Amino acid sequence: MPNTQELQDLVFQVRRDILRMVHKVNSGHPGGSLGCTEFFIALYNEIMDLKEGFDMDGKGEDLFFLSNGHISPVFYSVLARKGYFPIEELNTFRLIDSRLQGHPTTHEGLPGVRVASGSLGQGMSVAIGAALAKKLNGDDHLVFSLHGDGELQEGQNWEAIMYAAGNKVDNLISTVDRNGQQIDGATEDVLPMGDVAEKFRVFGWDVLEIENGNDLEQVIAGLKEAKSRTGKGKPVCIVMTTMMGNGVDFMMHTHAWHGKAPNDEQLATALAQNPETLGDY
Amino acid sequence: MTKYTDQGKNDTRSGYGAGMTELGRTNPNVVALCADLVGSLKIETFIEENPERFFQTGIAEANMMGIAAGLTIGGKIPFASTFANFATGRVYDQIRQSIAYSDKNVKICASHAGLTLGEDGATHQILEDIGLMKMLPGMTVINPCDYNQTKAATIAIAQHHGPVYLRFGRPKVANFTPVDQKFEIGKALMLNEGTDVTIIATGHLVWQALLAAESLENQGISAEVINIHTIKPLDDKAILDSVKKTGCVVTAEEHNYLGGLGESVARVLATHHPAPQEFVATQDTFGESGTPEQLMEKYGLNNKAIEAAVLKVLKRK
Repeated sequence: MPNTQELQDLVFQVRRDILRMVHKVNSGHPGGSLGCTEFFIALYNEIMDLKEGFDMDGKGEDLFFLSNGHISPVFYSVLARKGYFPIEELNTFRLIDSRLQGHPTTHEGLPGVRVASGSLGQGMSVAIGAALAKKLNGDDHLVFSLHGDGELQEGQNWEAIMYAAGNKVDNLISTVDRNGQQIDGATEDVLPMGDVAEKFRVFGWDVLEIENGNDLEQVIAGLKEAKSRTGKGKPVCIVMTTMMGNGVDFMMHTHAWHGKAPNDEQLATALAQNPETLGDY
Repeated sequence: MTKYTDQGKNDTRSGYGAGMTELGRTNPNVVALCADLVGSLKIETFIEENPERFFQTGIAEANMMGIAAGLTIGGKIPFASTFANFATGRVYDQIRQSIAYSDKNVKICASHAGLTLGEDGATHQILEDIGLMKMLPGMTVINPCDYNQTKAATIAIAQHHGPVYLRFGRPKVANFTPVDQKFEIGKALMLNEGTDVTIIATGHLVWQALLAAESLENQGISAEVINIHTIKPLDDKAILDSVKKTGCVVTAEEHNYLGGLGESVARVLATHHPAPQEFVATQDTFGESGTPEQLMEKYGLNNKAIEAAVLKVLKRK
């Protein structure tokens, strides 16, 4: 199991991957990707029980579903560095004939991805289905999912939130990335979400919060706590506060970098703030 | 002409229910989902015999489609069922992204399709669903004609890997195809050989096509009748073989003429063997309340309408 220093090295390297991927094709979503870097690294390296290799059915291992598919850069980087596919393949992000589509898909056969996402609000339903299949199969592994806070404006989420509580889908841990930003501005201005944790609670979920989702130790502790609460009759929700653009000073405290790539000069500045640790692809 | 006998009127949705009952007993991977319409979909026996394999989602079709996609991960074969309107148009993007684009082995089973839903009116009578579903890459689209065929189709699609749209209806209609028939996806069925005109029908219109052919025979017109239960993939060869012989075609479906079976047939003919065609279908309109028979009469979807279309197309040969 990796130690904290190794994980911290991975954080810097994944940030570099994200920045370089979106810079190369001058498109993609760096803000939310950087905000969720610690979450993905903790999940894939400290929390999930994973088999060697990849098969779609994922029997006998934990599963993860990314609902807010636009943060594909962080997903791809962490999958590649976990060994699901060659790290060099990050070079093909958003290019023609690539398995690394703008938004994640199973269609091109990229190992590690189990459903397409990008059109928002669909991932929780799919995660619930996978969790129900695990129960039918007598597989006591868990299903994790990640959702944007703005994404919760899509109504299908609330159908899923109702269903999971009403049917005691207690092998599911859904995390909400509460970064308070969406394309048109602050979530508070676009459509105020109110108390997200309380909303899940009154719908019947067991809810915990991670105050700083960019503090690796807090994220690991929060995810471990969430795991300990599974199997008790309620789905588990983590409301995780993160900083969009975290780790690059000029990308933080703004929604401007939701879906915009840095130019050459900005990339150089951003990379200087995140030293190469494990080797660029 | 070949004689077909109505073995006793029955509804195609009950054929679906009977198919599900059999799948429940024979295929442990089959699971069922429904969005608060269990009685209408006739799946009570499946649920009674396999309660752990049934998922009631409540009135939440989008969530039902997503859950169905997720259930395939782990090897289940989900049959997600509701009314055709709520199984297609209401949840098109969920089907598109989570099922079709994601290559998920989900069977979307839709009852109460078309005008024959009857008195509930246009809010529930979808006439656009074949078009919506056939346009999705990788989606198989099936519209069986009677109880026996719907049962056979239900059982057959469990063996087919990939997303399927199975469309059926509400009213009791003639049940004339063989009991326990083998159902081959994509294979057109020749019901009556003829030489003057080809009638290609799907769903409830197949029986109407046979009635029309019988009447035409009495007028000395020899009509070939083909049952296209699978609209996608379409049996191009069967269509071409027939039209090359007869020289003209009438298509018949309980659907808008835009986007339906007729347009698929027209594409095949335009590409390989242009021939006069008439469309028995709704003319880009919504439905309305009424009995199924009244609606099929008013919107020109019965044996009389097919007969008239044949007389018209014959003049264009």
